[in-house]
Amino acid sequence: MAVGLEHYLALAAVLFTLGILGIFLNRKNVIIILMSVELMLLAVNINLVAFSAELGDLVGQVFAMFVLTVAAAEAAIGLAILVVFFRNRSSIAVEDISTMKG
Amino acid sequence: MILQTLAFYLFAAILLVSAVVVISARNPVHSVLCLILAFFNAAALFVLIGAEFLAMILVIVYVGAVAVLFLFVVMMLDIDLAEMRQGFLNYLPIGALVGLVLFVELVIVAGLWQYEPAMATGLGQPVPPLDVRSNTAAIGDVLYTRYALLFQAAGIILLIAMIGAIVLTLRHRHIKRQRIGEQVRRRPEDVIRLHDARRGEGV
Repeated sequence: MAVGLEHYLALAAVLFTLGILGIFLNRKNVIIILMSVELMLLAVNINLVAFSAELGDLVGQVFAMFVLTVAAAEAAIGLAILVVFFRNRSSIAVEDISTMKG
Repeated sequence: MILQTLAFYLFAAILLVSAVVVISARNPVHSVLCLILAFFNAAALFVLIGAEFLAMILVIVYVGAVAVLFLFVVMMLDIDLAEMRQGFLNYLPIGALVGLVLFVELVIVAGLWQYEPAMATGLGQPVPPLDVRSNTAAIGDVLYTRYALLFQAAGIILLIAMIGAIVLTLRHRHIKRQRIGEQVRRRPEDVIRLHDARRGEGV
């Protein structure tokens, strides 16, 4: 059985679901939530590249590169915010990030 | 062909297992290391499907920069590992429910979609054959011409992210600097006090 588009789509679907699950499970650790977001973006990239290869269209790969750029920027900003938050509150749990609730 | 299939299943299996470890590991350092493993396997899958340039970019950007950044932050923050695990299972039902719904939706979408008839003719940029143009050169042909503006915009996004990260984490510590005016203005009567220190009592 040759590996086709469906295999990659199924893999990306499972990976995306794992990312969602990671966001829900790790309420005490924002770092793992950020990693889960990275996993979800990776799943999206796999989808883009799989369609690009299936259709013979390069635009998918170019777009995957832009997704990668945004993911890198998001990781850098997210971790910087996390470091500042940890300095102020000595905690990285989601429940403690509630100052803006008023 | 059979080798390709076997390689796909191997890489996909390791990718999924390491993703599970990322979201469920007790120690955040293990999570980061498994994230690196997941990215490596995704890069291998990209090579398998014929996107070599993206595979190398994935290794360089994610493993070389993002994952190391994660590792650095995980090790820098002094977090309590025992407290980290509290309430892990509280959110399992709702998380599993949302994940299940999402997964079923994705499966339905993946099972029911089909191409538009015009899709085969309306390609944005057809991939040139490998013996004519390599994957990297072909991406460069498209990226620096048709998507040049978007490429610049991506660069600006990275620049803003860099500046933002620096501004956020920069700390102005109390640095001692010489202020000559204050030094000249200092008078002995302002800064020297005389005390009568009796024996056994101190000042």
